[in-house]
Amino acid sequence: MYDLVIIGAGVTGCCIAREISRYKINACVIEKGDDVASGTSKANTGVIHTGLEADPGSLMAKLCVRGNELMYEWAKELDFPAEKNGKLIVCTHEDDLPLLDKQLENAIANGVPDCEILDREEVLRREPNLTERTVAALWAPTGGIVCPFNVAVAAGENACVNGVEFRFETEADSIEKTEYGYLIHTNKGDIETKAIANAAGLYADKFHNMVSENKIHITARKGEYIFFDKSIGTVFNTTVVPLPGKMGKGIAASYTINGNFFIGPTATDVEDKEELNTTEPILEKLKAMALSNQHLTKNPLPLNKVITSFAGARAHEDHHEFIVEELSDAPYFFDAAGIESPGLTSSPAIGEMLSGIIADKMKLQKKENFIAKRKGFVKFDALSDEEKEKLIKENPLYGNIVCRCEMVTEAQIVDAINRPIKATSLDAVKRRVRAGMGRCQGGFCTPKTMEIISRELGIDMTEVTKKGGKSKLLTGRVKE
Amino acid sequence: MDKTVTCIGCPLGCAVTVTFSQDGTISKITGNTCKRGEDYARKEVTNPARVVTSIVRVKGGDISMLSVKTASDIPKDKIFDCMEKLRSITVEAPVHIGDVILKDVCSTGIDVIATKEIVVK
Amino acid sequence: MDNYKIVVIGGGPAGLAAALSAKRAGVDEILIVERDCRLGGILNQCIHNGFGLHTFKEELTGPEYAQRFINQVKEEKIEYWLNTMTIDISEDKVVTTINSREGLRHIKAEAIVLAMGCRERPRGALNIPGYRPAGIYNAGTAQRLVNIEGYMPGREVVILGSGDIGLIMARRMTLEGAKVKVVAEIMPHSGGLKRNIVQCLDDYGIPLKLSHTVVDIKGRERVEAVTIAEVDEKLKPIPGTEETYTCDTLLLSVGLIPENELSEKIQVKLDEKTNGPEVNESFETSKEGVFACGNVLHVHDLVDFVSQEAETAGSCAAEYVKQKADKKEKEEMIILTAGEGITYTVPKYIRIERMKDTLKVRFRVRQIYKEGTIGVYADGEKIASRKKRIFAPGEMEEVILKKKDLVKGNGVSQIKIQMEGE
Repeated sequence: MYDLVIIGAGVTGCCIAREISRYKINACVIEKGDDVASGTSKANTGVIHTGLEADPGSLMAKLCVRGNELMYEWAKELDFPAEKNGKLIVCTHEDDLPLLDKQLENAIANGVPDCEILDREEVLRREPNLTERTVAALWAPTGGIVCPFNVAVAAGENACVNGVEFRFETEADSIEKTEYGYLIHTNKGDIETKAIANAAGLYADKFHNMVSENKIHITARKGEYIFFDKSIGTVFNTTVVPLPGKMGKGIAASYTINGNFFIGPTATDVEDKEELNTTEPILEKLKAMALSNQHLTKNPLPLNKVITSFAGARAHEDHHEFIVEELSDAPYFFDAAGIESPGLTSSPAIGEMLSGIIADKMKLQKKENFIAKRKGFVKFDALSDEEKEKLIKENPLYGNIVCRCEMVTEAQIVDAINRPIKATSLDAVKRRVRAGMGRCQGGFCTPKTMEIISRELGIDMTEVTKKGGKSKLLTGRVKE
Repeated sequence: MDKTVTCIGCPLGCAVTVTFSQDGTISKITGNTCKRGEDYARKEVTNPARVVTSIVRVKGGDISMLSVKTASDIPKDKIFDCMEKLRSITVEAPVHIGDVILKDVCSTGIDVIATKEIVVK
Repeated sequence: MDNYKIVVIGGGPAGLAAALSAKRAGVDEILIVERDCRLGGILNQCIHNGFGLHTFKEELTGPEYAQRFINQVKEEKIEYWLNTMTIDISEDKVVTTINSREGLRHIKAEAIVLAMGCRERPRGALNIPGYRPAGIYNAGTAQRLVNIEGYMPGREVVILGSGDIGLIMARRMTLEGAKVKVVAEIMPHSGGLKRNIVQCLDDYGIPLKLSHTVVDIKGRERVEAVTIAEVDEKLKPIPGTEETYTCDTLLLSVGLIPENELSEKIQVKLDEKTNGPEVNESFETSKEGVFACGNVLHVHDLVDFVSQEAETAGSCAAEYVKQKADKKEKEEMIILTAGEGITYTVPKYIRIERMKDTLKVRFRVRQIYKEGTIGVYADGEKIASRKKRIFAPGEMEEVILKKKDLVKGNGVSQIKIQMEGE
């Protein structure tokens, strides 16, 4: 019997796990995927939002502003890269200028610091590659970028070393109210718990509605992206988004913390929550944006430098508001639902808030021996020659480059597989250390990475998967 | 009776038709645009043959699979039999290019030989 | 810091041939840096036959072809480092390498030969819509898994792209018991050799669908089906022509890209068409003393031509090292341009003083031309022409320039190669 089961190991679930692990509690995270951040969290712009877009007074505004602060603190504490590169919300129509003023008012009301409206000349001085159609822009210096996998992995690992158990490929089917709390029926057997934190992303409505009469409804809002090779540079010096419309924050044309320029996400509501395929018309639309100056860039972008395209989903709740609370008609069932953008930014604050609510309710005691710090991944290609030399002397596997495009060494892959939360699939390794993330998209390193996974986990090569489950990479040996 | 083959001599890929007379001899070759096409078609319809290349397992070597080939082309209809014969073979390192891996495969009179150097690990 | 006269980056067919000819031209301190555990490069996984018809007048498999050069490299006692990756080249020709035994090493070279080869264009670069399950491989990656590691990447296969690697893998997978259902090619013609179409597809009854591409990939964990559709002249899928094939694997053979990340570090000027360095008659790039050959320069159809080209590059590198002192300040250059119907030419520049009596210029044609003629013009005057029954983009073409044609009058400033009439 657990005190708490967190459903979902996305960024939200991992942050709740990390924050609740400050307390004396027997907690567990169950996740249907084979890794953290394998659902909604994985396809994300990685922007650290400022909180200026949210409606004043909303929980979304409050948690985003707080999350923004915490994200930079956590980056230091949990040793993951985060860069405060600021954010520009670009207005390209004179008629929309009042909307820009409205954004500034919002920013002030939400307590987002140091925002200002920049005139055309100033914007183009700062961002010479921005479209000539720029009229003005709102500058928000607290904006930033972070790798969403890194946030989830860092928080998850830290929760893990502080005693939270993680069970992967464990899918909750149904929840039953019991005398002591809840019984969760999963594909891996029943799990008893006193309390549940629902961080199930796209499926948060399903679990909420199993225990509550106050129904909620979450729509999967699909977003497609195209990503460019690092060789084209970051194009801009800051995160650039258009002035938002009613389907979300608009399609960004910006770059990730790893230096890949991207265009996305689009927004299409889909019936099937697993319908995460890219589609021809949307990809054509993104390509057209890249080629014309009708979006945010001044010059056409080289389409032959596109290295990948993918789709992700945001968990859009009908009221476009975060739900972070204990359910009024289901005691000890805590929701972290409707976590769509700016969910990544808000996740540390959601973790902080929900674990506070849970701790109060369950009268939890703080741990004396909470380990707040974590050692992040080695980023070999960013090290100086001296540092590289030193690492290779300590561990010769640092001398074996496995992924050439991103310069990832065997030692980094071995580390990713042997962390508190093990990377057990090709994608899990890729998310942590970026092997296969570069321009050749794993063409060269896939066989070698598979071999390392097989060796480190002591499994046969034919058992290695792309992303757990039935995603086996090989169908057998030659001449079986 | 007619048989048509695609010539592999150049990117034209002529469809060359070979006509046989009653006694089974070739009476006519048409569709080719050069002499090479005629020669190719004659061989291809009377005695189609291919070099088969594959791999076999190797024990104790620096790598685990050894590439092999039939020392010369074998009748086309023996290709899958030949593959079947290679299925169960495991050789020991070291191996040198040209080493015979399987003698007289499928009674063709042709050996399967190694095409890679493998040293003892 | 180590010192070598010539550092050759890459121990595949280009690197081996370049090192050998440099050595034979009298340069002793040569180093080959190879990232894999053996020399030979991609030939080690090309276990099929058909290599060496031009070079050795016999049909060899890839590993055998490579071994002939490896043996010579060993006989010539040329130094090579295996399992060693080159991670940097600096402006002053210091090559930085990394391996697990010695960590980082810095090597000062007098000349560098770039011979890093090429990589496959991945799915992402094509923007094929659909899911991202396991079972989508580049044909070359699949080739490595099958031929080197001994594993089957799938049992029921659809192949996109009829480049030679795709065709070869269609046969390879079939021989090992897989079912190859179809090969789709977006262009109205195949990029592969006719011989491969016949012997890899026709022999096994595998259909080749020209003017078709993949429009959807189904399967959330492992590939379950692939949908292909016919395309129009603009290569856009035609609605209503979709056909779905159940399969567990999609192999991509959709083009090769010269691997010039290292070249870019020293700002070697790259050609937009080939994605490889622009070179002169000596295969020297825009950086003095830095040479390029093989697939890093432009993607070849036959390894024999790689060896030939690399041999020239190697001997020019040797010449450069030996004669560096008397190098002229500024040399006149003849520019080669690709005219009507021609995609590119290699080389792109000729320094007439450095040119030998003849020079082989390689190029590709844009589309299929039957009964075509290649015309070569020096400042507008026709100096050579070459007729062929058929020219195809999948095959590399060549013309030989004669020095005597280029030194008439005040000398020639531009050479244009073009396709004329059908």
